[in-house]
Amino acid sequence: MLTAIYAILVMIGLGMMFGLLISFANKKWSVEVDPRIHEVDEVLPKGQCGGCGYPGCMAYAEAVVMNPNVPPNLCTPGKDAVAKQVAEITGKKAEAMETVIAFVRCAGTYEKAIRTGEYKGVKDCVSANILVGGDKGCTYGCLGYGTCVKVCMFDAMKMSPEGIPVVNPDKCTGCGKCATVCPRTIITLTPPGVMVKVNCNSHDKGAIVRKHCKAGCIGCGMCSKDCPYGAIVIDNFLAVVDSKICLEKCSDPVCLTRCPTKVIRPAIWGVVPGKELREEIKA
Amino acid sequence: MSEYFLLFMGAAIVNNFVLTRYLGLCIFFGVSKNFHASSSMGLAIISIMTMSSMLTWTIEHFILLPLGLYFLKTIVFVVVIAVFVQILEMVIKKFMPTLYNVWGIYLLLVATNCVILGVPLINAEANYNFLKSTVNALGSGTGFAIALILFASLREKLQFSDVPKSIEGLGIAFILAGMLALAFQGFSGMIPL
Repeated sequence: MLTAIYAILVMIGLGMMFGLLISFANKKWSVEVDPRIHEVDEVLPKGQCGGCGYPGCMAYAEAVVMNPNVPPNLCTPGKDAVAKQVAEITGKKAEAMETVIAFVRCAGTYEKAIRTGEYKGVKDCVSANILVGGDKGCTYGCLGYGTCVKVCMFDAMKMSPEGIPVVNPDKCTGCGKCATVCPRTIITLTPPGVMVKVNCNSHDKGAIVRKHCKAGCIGCGMCSKDCPYGAIVIDNFLAVVDSKICLEKCSDPVCLTRCPTKVIRPAIWGVVPGKELREEIKA
Repeated sequence: MSEYFLLFMGAAIVNNFVLTRYLGLCIFFGVSKNFHASSSMGLAIISIMTMSSMLTWTIEHFILLPLGLYFLKTIVFVVVIAVFVQILEMVIKKFMPTLYNVWGIYLLLVATNCVILGVPLINAEANYNFLKSTVNALGSGTGFAIALILFASLREKLQFSDVPKSIEGLGIAFILAGMLALAFQGFSGMIPL
């Protein structure tokens, strides 16, 4: 009987002691956390993608609240809506934000690109690139082991059966993880409303490109000559589209018609974006 | 002296918490995906284990045993450890922000873990004195950290290997843990306890 009473007393005593201790510690040693940090964290999309340059959404929330030099529009997945809310909470000026999505600049499918060897190593683009540069002849093209697909946190990339990753524009948030991880920097971030994109990354001379791939840019410059706005330039045997000019000025892409290897393509999934669609994307 | 050394080595390697006693498996599989996280976790475990075992020893010998309440030890230890970790977290957050950034979330993860509770209970069972239970806790913590860091390093390598689809991820991790445990079996019998 006595033991039972002791047990009850000890438990009550310990419980009260610990309770008081914790409440005391909480008062005495609590750290003032700016409540805005949690507000910002609530607003962010929580992909933890690191596209902002911070190791996670919470870290960015902390930085944007505490550091006056961190702009409120770094969260690419959140797009304009989140940038606006973050700016509102932190009292910073909301700057316009450019929406971008990932684009894979290679069309060297199993069928089109010539293979010069057989790679049986680790199924990872970075490893393959370090070892012998993969099994394709083209040293600029997609290696096709899907490191970008693995790294995508929004489930927006898929490896097509032809061996080139495909981006789902509805899911892609433009965080740029895939672009960073690609050892050949094939993936770029471009605004989704752009008329045309060049589906190649090869800076080789035309003859060499032809030898390695049926779908490569040979740098002939036809598109550059055709474009009335000067949006396409040839940079070291590769056509490069200035997406800003292309997005704002062009409504009738003549460059598509004469490309001998058909490497310059309409940007939106095989469809040339109509006027309404472009307005919608821009708005 | 050699007695304490043997106790330490025995707790760290021969009776390794994860690999021979199969305790603390949730942390072992949860926080072993990368080396950095596992080393922070290992440090957190070592320190909390040692300090909480000192604390529980004191409470056991000055409150529970004199009053004949030995049977209450499990529940009292749980409460003591939980409170201790809470307060420790607050103190670290206040006075050592750098350390908090390294440990931060791991501290609270540890609070309710079976390894941390296991050591005081083993100490109580074996009737160790204060110094012995501290050394035992230190050894157990070190052993856990060693196992965790070894395992995390192995799993990092595993990411780049060609694992059959059906056992990718946790499946192969369990197989790997089994092999590691098998290797640690080799130490058993090295120190007669």
